[in-house]
Amino acid sequence: MMSKLFFAVSSLAAVLAAAAPAHAQGTVKIGLIMSYSGQFADPAAQMDNGVKLYVKQHGDTVAGRKLEFIRKDTGGIAPPLAKRLAQELVVRDKVDILAGLVLTPNALAVGDVSAEAKKFTVIMNAATAIITTKSPYMARTSTTLPQLNQTFGTWAATKAGIRKAYTMVSDYGPGHDAEGAFHLGFKEAGGEIIGSVRMPVANPDFSAFVQRAKDINPEAIYVFIPGGTQPAALGRALAERGVDPKKVKVLGMGEMTEDEARKTMGDASLGIITVYHYDHNHQSAMNRDFVKAYNAEYNRNPNIYAVGGWDGMHLIYETLKKTNGNTDGDALIAAAKGMKWESPRGPISIDPETRDIVQTVYIRRVEKVGGQLLNVEFDKVENVKDPFKARMKK
Amino acid sequence: MAGFFGVLFDGFAYGMLLFLLSVGLSVTLGMMNFINLAHCSFGMLGGYVTVTLMERLGWPFLATLPAAFVAAAALSMVLERLLFRRAYRAGELDQCLLTIGVVFMSVASAAYIWGTVQQPVQLPDYFSGSLVFLGVNFAYYRLFLIATALAVTALLVAGLEWTRFGAQVRAAVDNQRMSRGLGIDVDRAFAITFALGSGLAGFGGSLAIAMVGLDPDFAFAYLIYVLIVVSVGGLASIGGSFAAAAVLGISDMAGKYYVPQLGSFLIYLVMVGVLMWRPAGLFGRR
Amino acid sequence: METAPPHLHLHAQTRWSSLEIAFWLSTLLPFALLPSYLQLANQIAVTALFALSLDLILGYAGIVSLGHAAFFGVGAYTAGILSKYLWGEPLSLLAIGALAAGVVGYATSWIIAYFRHLALIMITLGLGLLLYEAANSASWLTGGADGLQGVSIRPLFGVFPFDLYGRTAYAYSLLALFLAFLVARRVIYSPFGLALRGIRENPLRMPAIGAPSRAHIRKIYTIAAVMAGTAGALIAETTESVSLETLSFQRSADVLVILILGGAGRLYGGILGAIIYMVARDQFSGINPQYWYFWIGLLLVAVVMFLPNGILGGFAKFFPRKA
Repeated sequence: MMSKLFFAVSSLAAVLAAAAPAHAQGTVKIGLIMSYSGQFADPAAQMDNGVKLYVKQHGDTVAGRKLEFIRKDTGGIAPPLAKRLAQELVVRDKVDILAGLVLTPNALAVGDVSAEAKKFTVIMNAATAIITTKSPYMARTSTTLPQLNQTFGTWAATKAGIRKAYTMVSDYGPGHDAEGAFHLGFKEAGGEIIGSVRMPVANPDFSAFVQRAKDINPEAIYVFIPGGTQPAALGRALAERGVDPKKVKVLGMGEMTEDEARKTMGDASLGIITVYHYDHNHQSAMNRDFVKAYNAEYNRNPNIYAVGGWDGMHLIYETLKKTNGNTDGDALIAAAKGMKWESPRGPISIDPETRDIVQTVYIRRVEKVGGQLLNVEFDKVENVKDPFKARMKK
Repeated sequence: MAGFFGVLFDGFAYGMLLFLLSVGLSVTLGMMNFINLAHCSFGMLGGYVTVTLMERLGWPFLATLPAAFVAAAALSMVLERLLFRRAYRAGELDQCLLTIGVVFMSVASAAYIWGTVQQPVQLPDYFSGSLVFLGVNFAYYRLFLIATALAVTALLVAGLEWTRFGAQVRAAVDNQRMSRGLGIDVDRAFAITFALGSGLAGFGGSLAIAMVGLDPDFAFAYLIYVLIVVSVGGLASIGGSFAAAAVLGISDMAGKYYVPQLGSFLIYLVMVGVLMWRPAGLFGRR
Repeated sequence: METAPPHLHLHAQTRWSSLEIAFWLSTLLPFALLPSYLQLANQIAVTALFALSLDLILGYAGIVSLGHAAFFGVGAYTAGILSKYLWGEPLSLLAIGALAAGVVGYATSWIIAYFRHLALIMITLGLGLLLYEAANSASWLTGGADGLQGVSIRPLFGVFPFDLYGRTAYAYSLLALFLAFLVARRVIYSPFGLALRGIRENPLRMPAIGAPSRAHIRKIYTIAAVMAGTAGALIAETTESVSLETLSFQRSADVLVILILGGAGRLYGGILGAIIYMVARDQFSGINPQYWYFWIGLLLVAVVMFLPNGILGGFAKFFPRKA
């Protein structure tokens, strides 16, 4: 009886403390910070679609409170702007929760605000490992580069039996991270990296790099490039130079074989092996429903950004239900820690120690199924935690 | 050695792509001193026209190329009449502002109409694969690109040298005031040249997307490369644009192949170096 | 209007008009009236300072630069990197950042002074892009694409922290802007300033009348670089973050657009352009996060069509002053 009263009073106090005069009665305000315009507009569009779909399917009221969304555009990589937008969302719009975050530099900047203002922040895409260390109120529902790439390296050396690999990555932060992670996983499992090259980020034409790789004639080539225009260009270069994925193992991250990239590469993409945490071709009942609903609304297939947004919203809903509508940062992050659920991608959970995502990593190959080129999952590694932060602890 | 020739060939093909995208700007800038930063928007339009015709209407790839040219040329005539014409007398800065405003609007419009997604382009089968000769891979599509660029160059040069219109254009570039004084309708000549140049950009854009992809950011992303080609080649010089594009394409490719750590550095170094040596560009006149 | 003797003419120009005084007083209003907009005001002040620095070389000396962000970025990274490894005292970092940018500016001014027209524009662009690539490669120092991590700035004078609300940030940047403005004013309304305008109008004639053009250009370029570096250090300090975009072509292009929008060569053009552009962008992107670009583009086109020579230029046409 006393504890119930105490709980009621303290949560009321917390709500009043977090609320402000302009705060509409009972609304939970969520600030979405994404790169709605500019070079990275497509991932943001997909992420926003995921968010909207979840709200449509589950209604916009949680724990008796209505949800209100305020969307802010960063225009691309712009940390000072992202930080300012986050600050304005907190100070001016009095949001309770920050979410979105497509790009790492922006996420890192928002981390400062999340920590200072003590706001529960859900990272729905940005994949660099250290982001969640920026603020104790951050949780992530997408993936981390080491989670995917180190696992891939280990898998390549063990299950795939590859002994020597050549790596080509784009010369920027995520590229360096991916390279490091893959090398680590591959070498620890006994593989040998016979050469590596870093390519300029704004690189419209890959033929020179592919030629270099071909000259070395490796058993496997590992590639990391940003999504967007580059995968198709790379695929084309591979085909032109006669690098046949059926003979030389071409390994990459899932962006390489996204829908549009596969379509442009055509049959040249057959046999490319990629690592990712989600594909719309994933064979589960939940995913089939998800893909169907997504297509009905948005006329295209969902990708990792969409599922990151969808699962991010799920996390927000469930934590709010668990705290009974209390939007205090400490309460929400405590509720998030250890939360497990079934996502369209498979089973996922939030690691209570790092607040980062734990999920199944899938290995896929491009195959022709019923006349269509699809990413077919043929192997997986379950319950993968982020290895980078695990090492940090030691 | 095969690597070297491969790089030479690929670089030259890439350069030809840049040439097609840039030659229009070189001529219009040299002729009327009108700084059209929206030039690559026409390239982007050409790309989207090709994609739309192929995806929605099932046109064969080659048929979309002239359509892209016509669409870009037509739109440029409309913009020229409505907007740009009023800015010819304005200062360079105002022209920059005006055309950047047009770029912004074109990028947003492209995102609105076609979405932000990467546009897939499937080339016809006869373009996939390559010819292997003496151990060097000659991709069919790149061969096609080079052949097309050479044909366009020949047409342009022939047009300039041997047609009456070409003579008018050359006169207007050399001395506008005098040309007007001699009764040449410089405005009309410019309008037509502008349309041709923009149409060529659209044509180049269509050819480019199969190699480098297409999304609404195209109009911005290629602006820098085009400006580099135009300034290194020299204004109003077809030969200059050709040479500059070839040099830049090859050095970019060679740099990436032999010294990948240099990456994008080389293309900028070459540009700064050439301009410091010859500020008017390789074949420029001023 | 009859021309007064040169020194009296300059002296007359340096008097403060009531409009100017009203403007500067109004910059204090956000503290009282718009306290939740102070972070935006801070970034506008920094951008205004940056635009002012570009005006010195573009509006007054006629040097069109597409790589001015190089100095902004040098100032930002210097302040940021030093704060990470040495100390976080803001004023000293500001000075060092500005100085570093000035050194880079002085060095490049030797190249710049030799070129004009398109070659100059492209060389500034090329140098800016080279610096960007270098910063990207040197990710051990600059943090590369993820941005510089670990920037920590101590409170101003040990008392005023750079916090969420932006009061300290705005006051700090506003003061810096005002001081820089005073410096710019002094430079412009001086014989040196007149010489610059002469170089802009007729570069051939100036040496003929004995004015050392190249030396003048180097001098103003360095001053502009110091100012741009100050702006860069300000953004690093007030947002405690530095990333590659401070050196990017995007930033150089944005500041150019802002200056032209406001009106180059009119001292207040950069400031006005910064206010209008950033407020418009903030409002448009709030209303329509995905396509606000379109409306900004339309604004730019409209300004050129109806207000040639920028907003201030257009006003000068309608309200002629002794400017």
